[in-house]
Amino acid sequence: MEKKLLKKVDLIFEKCNCLNIIDKVLQRSGDDIILDIIDSGLKGRGGAGFPTGLKWKFAKNEEADQKYIVCNADEGEPGTFKDREILDRVPEKIFAGMAVCAKAIEATKGYIYLRGEYNFLLPALNEKLTVFNQAMKDRKFEFSIEMRSGSGAYVCGEETALLESMEGKRGEPRNKPPFPVAQGYLGKPTSINNVETLVFALAIMNIGPEKFKEFGTMDSRGSKVFSISGDTPKGGIYELELGMTIEDFVNEFGDGDTKAIQVGGASGFCVPRKHFKDTIIGFEGIPTGGSMMLFNSSRSMYNVLQDYLEFFEEESCGQCTPCRVGCQQLLKGILAVKRGEKPPAYLEELKKLSQTMKIASKCGLGQSVANPFNSIVNNFREEIIY
Amino acid sequence: MTKIETFVKEQANKYGKSRKSLMPILQEIVQKERFLSEEAMIAVAKELDLSTAEVYGTASFYTFLDTVPKGENIIRVCKTIACHMKGKDEIIEAIENTLNIKLGETTSDKKFSLLQANCLGWCHKGPVMLINDKVYPEITASKAIEIVEEYSNKN
Amino acid sequence: MSKYKVNLKINNIPISVDEGTTILQAAKMLNFNIPTLCNHPDLCVAGNCRVCVVEQKGSRTLPAACAVPVSEGMEIQTNSMQVRAARKHIIELLLSEHNSDCTKCYKNGNCELQDLANEYRTSNNLFIDLMKSTKMDISSPSIVKDDTKCIRCQRCVRTCAELQNVNALAVVNKGHLMKISTFLNKPLNEVVCTNCGQCVNRCPTGALVEKNYIDEVWSAIYNPEKFVVVQTAPAVRAALGENLGFDIGTRVTGKMVSALKRMGFDKVLDTDFTADLTIMEEGTELLTRLKKALVDGEKVALPMMTSCSPGWIKFQEHLFPELLENLSTCKSPQQMFGALAKTYYAEKINKNPQEMVVVSVMPCTAKKFECDRPEMRSSGYKDVDYVLTTRELGMMIKQAGIDFTKLEEEKYDSVLGESTGAAVIFGATGGVMEAAIRTAYEIVTGREIPFVNLNVTPVRGMEGIKAASVKIKDVKPEWAFLEGVELNVAIAHGLVNAKQLMTQVKEGKANYHFIEVMACPGGCLGGGGQPIPTNMEIRKKRAEAIYQEDENMYLRKSHENPEVNDIYKEFLGEPLGHKSHDLLHTHYKARKRY
Repeated sequence: MEKKLLKKVDLIFEKCNCLNIIDKVLQRSGDDIILDIIDSGLKGRGGAGFPTGLKWKFAKNEEADQKYIVCNADEGEPGTFKDREILDRVPEKIFAGMAVCAKAIEATKGYIYLRGEYNFLLPALNEKLTVFNQAMKDRKFEFSIEMRSGSGAYVCGEETALLESMEGKRGEPRNKPPFPVAQGYLGKPTSINNVETLVFALAIMNIGPEKFKEFGTMDSRGSKVFSISGDTPKGGIYELELGMTIEDFVNEFGDGDTKAIQVGGASGFCVPRKHFKDTIIGFEGIPTGGSMMLFNSSRSMYNVLQDYLEFFEEESCGQCTPCRVGCQQLLKGILAVKRGEKPPAYLEELKKLSQTMKIASKCGLGQSVANPFNSIVNNFREEIIY
Repeated sequence: MTKIETFVKEQANKYGKSRKSLMPILQEIVQKERFLSEEAMIAVAKELDLSTAEVYGTASFYTFLDTVPKGENIIRVCKTIACHMKGKDEIIEAIENTLNIKLGETTSDKKFSLLQANCLGWCHKGPVMLINDKVYPEITASKAIEIVEEYSNKN
Repeated sequence: MSKYKVNLKINNIPISVDEGTTILQAAKMLNFNIPTLCNHPDLCVAGNCRVCVVEQKGSRTLPAACAVPVSEGMEIQTNSMQVRAARKHIIELLLSEHNSDCTKCYKNGNCELQDLANEYRTSNNLFIDLMKSTKMDISSPSIVKDDTKCIRCQRCVRTCAELQNVNALAVVNKGHLMKISTFLNKPLNEVVCTNCGQCVNRCPTGALVEKNYIDEVWSAIYNPEKFVVVQTAPAVRAALGENLGFDIGTRVTGKMVSALKRMGFDKVLDTDFTADLTIMEEGTELLTRLKKALVDGEKVALPMMTSCSPGWIKFQEHLFPELLENLSTCKSPQQMFGALAKTYYAEKINKNPQEMVVVSVMPCTAKKFECDRPEMRSSGYKDVDYVLTTRELGMMIKQAGIDFTKLEEEKYDSVLGESTGAAVIFGATGGVMEAAIRTAYEIVTGREIPFVNLNVTPVRGMEGIKAASVKIKDVKPEWAFLEGVELNVAIAHGLVNAKQLMTQVKEGKANYHFIEVMACPGGCLGGGGQPIPTNMEIRKKRAEAIYQEDENMYLRKSHENPEVNDIYKEFLGEPLGHKSHDLLHTHYKARKRY
């Protein structure tokens, strides 16, 4: 497997002249832009990792009187805070990334769906948007962006739940197909992209796909902003090249006593020390929306899992059976095993249940609960039982 | 028209009367009143031509759109893993003792409500709390008390 | 019809279906049933119960067969080990949230979850019991809501929204707290619920059921001091058989009468009689309103609207109080019957009305609310004491140990038992209109309505809103003002269609003289008290049965009902007369919409 050494990169926060890039992009055709994005190998940075260029191509190919670009700034994955930092430090790059997408797919209207927890960012964002929207007008480019706020619902980070919420409804994920690129906001073709993805799209327009491809591996092109927290002396935001091993990562960020690392937040995977060496951070190994949470030997992995399951039990939208009831059963199940009300073998039943949730839930939320559950139960079984 | 009806009408005029305006309007009401009263939800249903159950059903989905009365200042302490590890329980206990209320309750003078929240997005700077829209990262029990007292001394 | 064909394989059998077909539908074409819970043919796709998941070659996850359209080259397994394991888990999960005390459940034996649990042999309690003990909502006289039985499939919510546009029910909260509720969790009798019971018809479990009065009625029957008369609504006879071993669309009028007699009712009478009477009263009311408008230039509320459907009445009281004047003041046939039973009839059979108990068998849950309305005491007593749904009657017949299929057919008692074909079609959407046209046209012109076999086909059928016009020519001298008038009528069924029509009326965009509205899809034959399940196919078969019943009747026009003519001669005087006014007409009240 292709590996990279840990390397800090600066594409996201590096200052650039956004309007100059937009001016260049406006000279290009949509197809041309999309070709570059496809060529770059950029995959969605929200966690799911869908190829961005392909998404844009689908949206472009739809015939419609109105198309939208929505920036998903509903960052809610426990352990993830990189989008907040991007929104705070380089919002103009997000706007510009949206403009690139708008030009590519022929959207005229953009929205940024900001989680309610980040409302303190709103005044500054609105102020900067006024300037940006005017700049688009000055360029006779028919495109403007508006802010939309969430109100405390993790599941709204799921793109179709986000659309439901924007339409004034409960944030319950939709059935797919149709996908948002065909029928999105108000039934119109909509490209929904993560904050970071859009900034990378802008960066690719700036430096070109070739340069971008110099970073990362075959499957995981470019770099990624990581949110690093937990038992680490260096918590914070770091942009790193994709493809490093967890061992490398822990050597850099651990506190010398790291026993496990949760990659990808509550819905991600727990990697125990014994697998640090052979696990790559990237789409060929463990993909992540950026959350890296380190746990040292003082931590009970039972508590970690309980915390995650409590989170999912509350944040499941509740509409589909496997997720709504499954999350409750997993949580009550480990409690029962811990208290001795159920035999340790009950964990096997719960693992099977989590497998059902993984394949039968309606959206990514329910589908991913099995990730932390299995990886923690398999690797820290003793801690769960005793 | 009552005060809240007038307010809702203004918001409906500002955001439009279609369903997609529901969230922004509810958010404006909560911003102003800290919760959605029965009267406010009825007013919204009227303006947007929805049933009250639809308004309530939507509002009750979102943690920040409370439908029970809340204090003037809403304290939300992050309870998710990183903040948990960094001692959010002590923070909550300190605030409970200062305000003489339990988690989930509102002070008798209606000045504060104390709640927990799922991940607020400051995992590297936990424990963290939100008072209304303002963030307080890297707090300690004593710092939390100080901050809360600042709020209670306001006006 | 979509012209593109999609080729796929289901359980290794190739099939070619129209683009847009769901996996579920395609499987059905190959005679593979895939279990479903949240799916209902009358409602939009939800895809939330996940019971219908299937295996798709190359897919990491199991798609929900109800929600996913077929695609070219798709290979589906509907019963693989993986599918079975997932499905069983899902059923177990639902059961873990569910009050599984089936023997105590009203829906025991008619529960989709129970059937599935049975099919999948879920005998061991695999998971931890999560049932939350919540209080039943028994506030409504029509509907009982028991959240411990709810599987959150949202069929009721979709029914209330899509078919009725009332939205009294909604999904509230999220995650483990998610449930089906009302505005601020108020009891059903305090919200905009019209009591139509369409949610009850579509609830797969016992979470929403009618409030039953079975024990009360048995008590009355076995109380020697009570004289218990029963009336049966038109639509009941076209559906009751479904609960008692007959095919859908079988007419069981005579057997039903026979069963009611065997159950011990003192007299078995027919709501169809008062349906005919309704036509006399309502037809006269319409002609009077038209005269006032066209001749006297008076301001009268037009279009006039029918008032037989209590769900529709309450809907109008909540949502369009400004149009209450347009409603005919006629009581529904059920309430006309009750008022006459405890006056005219009591006198005739020499009974003290105080000792009488009037029971109705209705296809309807809203009738239970209607008989409780304070206005419905014209006889000095509660005019109708108990309302049973078709389903409750079916249950009672079984309880009585009556072998329904083998019963001889019997006739209704007299009086208040005679009826015409015009009355029986009240049970189908457009029926009241057709009955009214048959009579009114003949009264005005002296000739039969010019439709083959008296079948006014333009007002029939399952279209949501129907409109028709009748040109009135060569009238009798006393109706000269109607000469050449084109009578415009419209019919809506299902409150979503009613709402649309009322909005047109309110905006002055509807140029109708007379409008018929029934709260339930298909009219009373699709009522909230009818046998479960329901779907378009079933409703069409019931409608056929009703129209057959009409054609088989010797009398087809309300004004030819001899008992109706007698009651005017002996008791009422004339339509809209003083006595009619007291006993057969009512008023409405505006209710809170929010």
